[in-house]
Amino acid sequence: MGTIGATLIRATRRFVSSLPALFGVLVFTFLLMRVLPGDPAVFFASGPNAGKEEIEVIRKQLGLDKPMPEQLAIYLYDVGRGNLGRSMMTGQSVEKDLRERLPASFELTLTALLIALTSAVPLGVLAALRPGSLIDHGVRLFCSLGVCVPTFVSGLLLIYVFYYLLGVAPDPTGRVDVFATLPPSRTGFLVIDFLLAGDLDGWWAAIRQLMLPAFTMALFVIAPLARITRASMLVSLGSDFVRTARSVGLSRWRIVVTYALRNAILPVITIAGIVFSTMLGANVLVEKVFSWPGVASYALDALLVSDYAPVQGFVLLMATIFVIVNLLVDLVYGIADPRATVA
Amino acid sequence: MTHLGASSTLRHTVWVLRGNPVTAIAAAGTLALALVAIVGPALVAYDPVASDVPLALQPPSAAHWAGTDQLGRDVFSRLVVAARLDLAIAVTAVGISFALGAVIGSLCGYAGGRLDRVVGRFVDVLMAFPLFVLAMAMVAALGNRVENIVVATAIINLPFYIRFARAEVNVRRNLGWVESARACGDSHVSVVLRFLLPNVLPAMAVQISLNLGWAILNAAGLSFIGLGVKPPTPEWGIMVAEGARFISTGRWWLVAFPGLALMLAVLCFNLLGDGLRDILDPRMRT
Repeated sequence: MGTIGATLIRATRRFVSSLPALFGVLVFTFLLMRVLPGDPAVFFASGPNAGKEEIEVIRKQLGLDKPMPEQLAIYLYDVGRGNLGRSMMTGQSVEKDLRERLPASFELTLTALLIALTSAVPLGVLAALRPGSLIDHGVRLFCSLGVCVPTFVSGLLLIYVFYYLLGVAPDPTGRVDVFATLPPSRTGFLVIDFLLAGDLDGWWAAIRQLMLPAFTMALFVIAPLARITRASMLVSLGSDFVRTARSVGLSRWRIVVTYALRNAILPVITIAGIVFSTMLGANVLVEKVFSWPGVASYALDALLVSDYAPVQGFVLLMATIFVIVNLLVDLVYGIADPRATVA
Repeated sequence: MTHLGASSTLRHTVWVLRGNPVTAIAAAGTLALALVAIVGPALVAYDPVASDVPLALQPPSAAHWAGTDQLGRDVFSRLVVAARLDLAIAVTAVGISFALGAVIGSLCGYAGGRLDRVVGRFVDVLMAFPLFVLAMAMVAALGNRVENIVVATAIINLPFYIRFARAEVNVRRNLGWVESARACGDSHVSVVLRFLLPNVLPAMAVQISLNLGWAILNAAGLSFIGLGVKPPTPEWGIMVAEGARFISTGRWWLVAFPGLALMLAVLCFNLLGDGLRDILDPRMRT
């Protein structure tokens, strides 16, 4: 109970202290988008031969004729009510557009994170158990190279190998085959929805479609995660409590997993937060490479036709997710290391 | 520095390089890259923007080492010419954020108080964004031009330098030699710029090399999604973007070679940064 209470207090305090940054994010995004080049009113008027009055009407409609501070106030009020404006591109509200596309992005990012963690932690541990061995050097080489290959290049090369050469991967565009029937949307995660609908063929197709983009994104972040796991496992394996555990004859598995890894996991959690930021960025590139219908490709499309509102909404959404993830990382940190909660 | 000091630094450098040939290779690679960027465009065999449609999409051969693209342009020549632009973007961006970050961070660390709080808030706001997304939004906002890629990359790097310089100056501000400088009648600004800043520069220099690799990836990523550099300008990111259309029909060289160039450049900078850290900061030796 004490721990839970302390964790809650800590969570609240952390949340409150991240509010100014979130407010700053709002103002910053607003300012950024207001200096966007090109006059959207002209752009969205019916064409080059649109009359002056028509443009004026659209400008009024968009609220672009009001003074800056008033526009900011209106913007903040709207965001407060969850109204992110209307996309001129799709004709829908940005909030609705984002909500429709967010599950696709989440499905991709979370799968990638899962793949990255489940491969990076064992790799790091194996390397730390035998420093200087072949596997250690292999992991180090992989880490050094992994951070150097841009996501968009590794994605395209994976397509070349698995789609063109081996033919095991499906056509690398989108989440499902264009002719496939979609399951009723319950969670928005296709992999889960297909399973809930009992459509195993569809489920398998969705998984196959997901694998390449997810691995592409995972590849880029496995390196920092494995590197930090190795470094902190080395420290933890060399410490006194591991020597004691060895001397009392505990099993090797128990020493490594229960004692050493549990103590080594803190820096990994910290890095995982930073890694997530990289992944939100990499999301843009991966969604572009694989034509993944997520929020990032939505924002990119809008960006290229200077449609303010979706880009603004997207940047805001990413920053908010990032703040929340940092909050979560902090909480997990508190649970993994009770000392952090006391302090 | 005394003669003894200089020669011991040199000896230490030689010792580190001998123990760690990787750093020597990385330094050689970085030099080679810089050389390519400087003289490369004068040496290439083909015009990087002249199209020769009958020769389009040829795989690598003796005449075209890295094949030709969809307009029959020689990929290898384009790669070489692109090195200058890619490196220039990264070096300028990192240079700007290093210079600005060092000065702002040192002033904050020295003065503390209100300035420190205001700058701190600003840095917090920047750090609340996923950095690539922030860069993307900034390029879009400032205008879709190469200079703005530089500006955006500089700004997203700024927080690291500000924080680093601030922390380093903060621990030194009350040391004896700082107080004696002040006692000798130096103004605060002079103490920061003439004494504290030079003292923290070596540690920051290591960050530059590590940062350059990241800046290259970032700039290439931006041009890959269609921001900044425009075709037909040769640039590694945009070359990958143009080649992407042909990957599912097996034209691997359009993506693989620019990708390889990016990877090698980043690898050199990263390894060099690790090596520099070993040379400049013996305490952090790994």
